[in-house]
Amino acid sequence: MHEWALAEAVISSAVKFSKEKGIKTKEITVALGELQQIDEEVFDFALKEIMNAMGIIFKIKLKRKKSLLKCNICSEMWSFEPEKLDEQEKESIHFIPEVAHNYIKCPKCGSPDFKIISGRGVWLDSIKGD
Amino acid sequence: MDPRTSVIEERLKNVKRIIAVSGGKGGVGKSLTSSLMALSLSGMGYKVGLLDLDFSGPSDHLILGIKYTQPQFQPKEDRGITPPEVYGIKFLSLIYYAGENPSPLRGADISNIIKEILCITRWESLDVLIIDMPPGMGEAVLDSIRLFKRIEFLVVTTPSRVSLGTVKKFIKLLEDFKIPLIGVIENMKISDSTKDEFEKDFLGSIKFDMDLEKAIGDPEKLMSTKFSMELRKILEKIF
Repeated sequence: MHEWALAEAVISSAVKFSKEKGIKTKEITVALGELQQIDEEVFDFALKEIMNAMGIIFKIKLKRKKSLLKCNICSEMWSFEPEKLDEQEKESIHFIPEVAHNYIKCPKCGSPDFKIISGRGVWLDSIKGD
Repeated sequence: MDPRTSVIEERLKNVKRIIAVSGGKGGVGKSLTSSLMALSLSGMGYKVGLLDLDFSGPSDHLILGIKYTQPQFQPKEDRGITPPEVYGIKFLSLIYYAGENPSPLRGADISNIIKEILCITRWESLDVLIIDMPPGMGEAVLDSIRLFKRIEFLVVTTPSRVSLGTVKKFIKLLEDFKIPLIGVIENMKISDSTKDEFEKDFLGSIKFDMDLEKAIGDPEKLMSTKFSMELRKILEKIF
């Protein structure tokens, strides 16, 4: 469960933010970038288990973020297409999204030099509290 | 908000020392020094981790003969990733995920990989984590300084003037950041030494070892090389 480590980071980040701002967190929204292929069910379970263990509770909203890749050579823009990769390649990108550069090329010019514009990985999108 | 950096200190809390092997210049023997340092310290009874941060040209697995595609040499997934223990060393490299394909990475990608690795890797208890740095003073060095709060640097140079200027700039950079410098190791010494150039920071020389190449990939042979024996004498000054 590699998702667990990222869930710990999300909760730790939200708790630190709450302390710094002196607020009581009521709800967080976490964006899950398409490229990292996070298992939403596992991630949600991990978030809740970690909160239980820490004795804290707030509402969690998960939202999927579509990936957008842009070629640095020809400016072509496209999205991650996992069905074009084998299991090992998808698994590698799941752990380290930037290794997409090792397995994906621009569909127009074939360059591996592209920018991950959006939908990379786990991102704490918003924190609501009072 | 990027949540990953919030757990890095927690992940490294049981690592006593974090030593980056660097110097700014390529081809001076950073990877050999890092890998043999890890082997030597492990042999001396220390709990050692080795992290290869040279994403474009990872080579520690080649030096140590780690067949990274074999299951027993691969990281395990357990609430993050647990590095495999190879020859007594907890080892991690991008090679596990990038394979033999080229890694055309720009600065932001390098920063992201470092943050991801530090966020998800469970090193647990270590006496020392050795970081094999890539050449240059770019993202890997700057992010390591930013993200590893207790980092110290061990600088490797050669006696060549080509290397010397860059290494001096690198040491100046560490001074500017107020980052501890353990000292300078001079590698591939043939005749003249750079000892006087570094004064108190100079730790020792390793002579050019003609037989080293033959030992690459075989930890037992590596430990018997002159390189390894001279490195061990230097390490005894530090540990």
